[in-house]
Amino acid sequence: MIKLLEIHKSFGQQRVLDGLNLDIEDGKTTVIIGGSGGGKSVLLKHIIGLLKPDSGQVIVDGVDIASLNDRDLNEVRKNFGMLFQEAALFDSMNVMGNVAFPLREHTGKKEKEIREIVRGKLKAVGLTGVEDKMPSELSGGMRKRVGLARAIAMHPRIVLFDEPTTGLDPVMTEAINELIVETQRKFDLTCVVISHDVQSIFTVGHKIAMLYEGKIIEHGTPEKIKMSSNPVLRQFLSGSLEGPISVI
Amino acid sequence: MNKIAATVDNFGRSILENIEEMGRILILFLSVLVWMVRPPLKIRLIFKQMEFVGVKSIFVVVLTGTFTGMVMALQGYYGFKMFNAESLVGSTVALGMTRELGPVLTALMVTARAGSAMAAELGTMRVTEQIDALYVMAANPVKHLIVPRVIAGVLMLPALTIVSDFMGVLGGYFVGVPILGINSGAFVSNITKLVDLGDIYHGLTKAAFFGLILSLVGCYKGFNTTGGAEGVGKATTEAVVLASVSILISDYFLTAIMF
Repeated sequence: MIKLLEIHKSFGQQRVLDGLNLDIEDGKTTVIIGGSGGGKSVLLKHIIGLLKPDSGQVIVDGVDIASLNDRDLNEVRKNFGMLFQEAALFDSMNVMGNVAFPLREHTGKKEKEIREIVRGKLKAVGLTGVEDKMPSELSGGMRKRVGLARAIAMHPRIVLFDEPTTGLDPVMTEAINELIVETQRKFDLTCVVISHDVQSIFTVGHKIAMLYEGKIIEHGTPEKIKMSSNPVLRQFLSGSLEGPISVI
Repeated sequence: MNKIAATVDNFGRSILENIEEMGRILILFLSVLVWMVRPPLKIRLIFKQMEFVGVKSIFVVVLTGTFTGMVMALQGYYGFKMFNAESLVGSTVALGMTRELGPVLTALMVTARAGSAMAAELGTMRVTEQIDALYVMAANPVKHLIVPRVIAGVLMLPALTIVSDFMGVLGGYFVGVPILGINSGAFVSNITKLVDLGDIYHGLTKAAFFGLILSLVGCYKGFNTTGGAEGVGKATTEAVVLASVSILISDYFLTAIMF
């Protein structure tokens, strides 16, 4: 269980998170939606300790990770995997090197075994025969798949997705959504997905949370979200220009 | 009056910012020392960086060293000729190269070639979230990215300086003996008489220190890049300028201490 309690975060004068509270259930996919620049990625970075809140607590399995030192935080991070917006593959390594990285770093496994695991993970995300390719030789969709293979290489319990379908065509978007659903089910993962793609959120989410002005203003099942009368949520889902969300 | 106050305010602010930056570089250095001794040492990454900083800089260092030695011989010859002391050209070139120009010019060339590349590479890794990815995978970026580069800088700069010193003396010999007609025996014997091993060691100590500066500054600027492609460009420029200025300033103090 991940609990975010009264999280406040500002960058200079700009207040990004303003007393945010959110519970993320184990073994489910929670999608966090909200406008561009609304603090979704900042929220995700708090969950994995890349950012520390100005005040508030980020509780993972009963431990406030905001108060941990680097060594203890690294132990907690071993339970996490993360797929970054642009996949964040290491340019200097090929696909094998990228996916094998956490295994080589944290397990004493033999090289032969590591290569077997990498091939298995790549197969799980629908890729074969790409082990020797460099990230620059891959398409956007392939990069995301390799990023996901790397994220699940260490059998994490929690996987974070930062806008996994941004920049992809509709077919590839659907393929990545299917992959998230399938991977979550297969490995019984707790997933947190950041998205502003309305189509995707109902495909992948068991729970959906709307972030607006630094707070979670609505949180519930896709059905509850669809039925919500919250004007911010209604405007966001309909993509209307009329409503409380201002477009500057 | 307001303008004067604003100028003083800005000046003070920039001094404070510079002091703060020096402090952050020092903290990074301490962090590098801590991660350097924590096993396992990333030998493969260190050799990769040594190849990049050292082996791939040889050509430019050979070129710089040779021509510097040649021009020193040429300039020295015209000066010494007035006192009929042309045979001192060789020792002048050798002393100048080993004590000053070898380490300094090598460091400046490697800063331009490798220090800038360090800042650009780490800066790109920062803006494309590759450094965040390392944190997420519980891998320390200082150990993976900065320690190998700093070790490579400290080890390879003295090695490159030896090449530069040698090529400088060779260049000086080429201009002095066959072209300007200085006696070969006098050229060489004055070098052995006037240059002692201490000159070479001190020069190499300086080079190691310059290697530390250029790699640390390059990594620091790259690691703290913000603002996309423009930020990477800015970090790269700042790294080259700060490292070059630091090398020249520290050269004075090192010389004052060592010689």
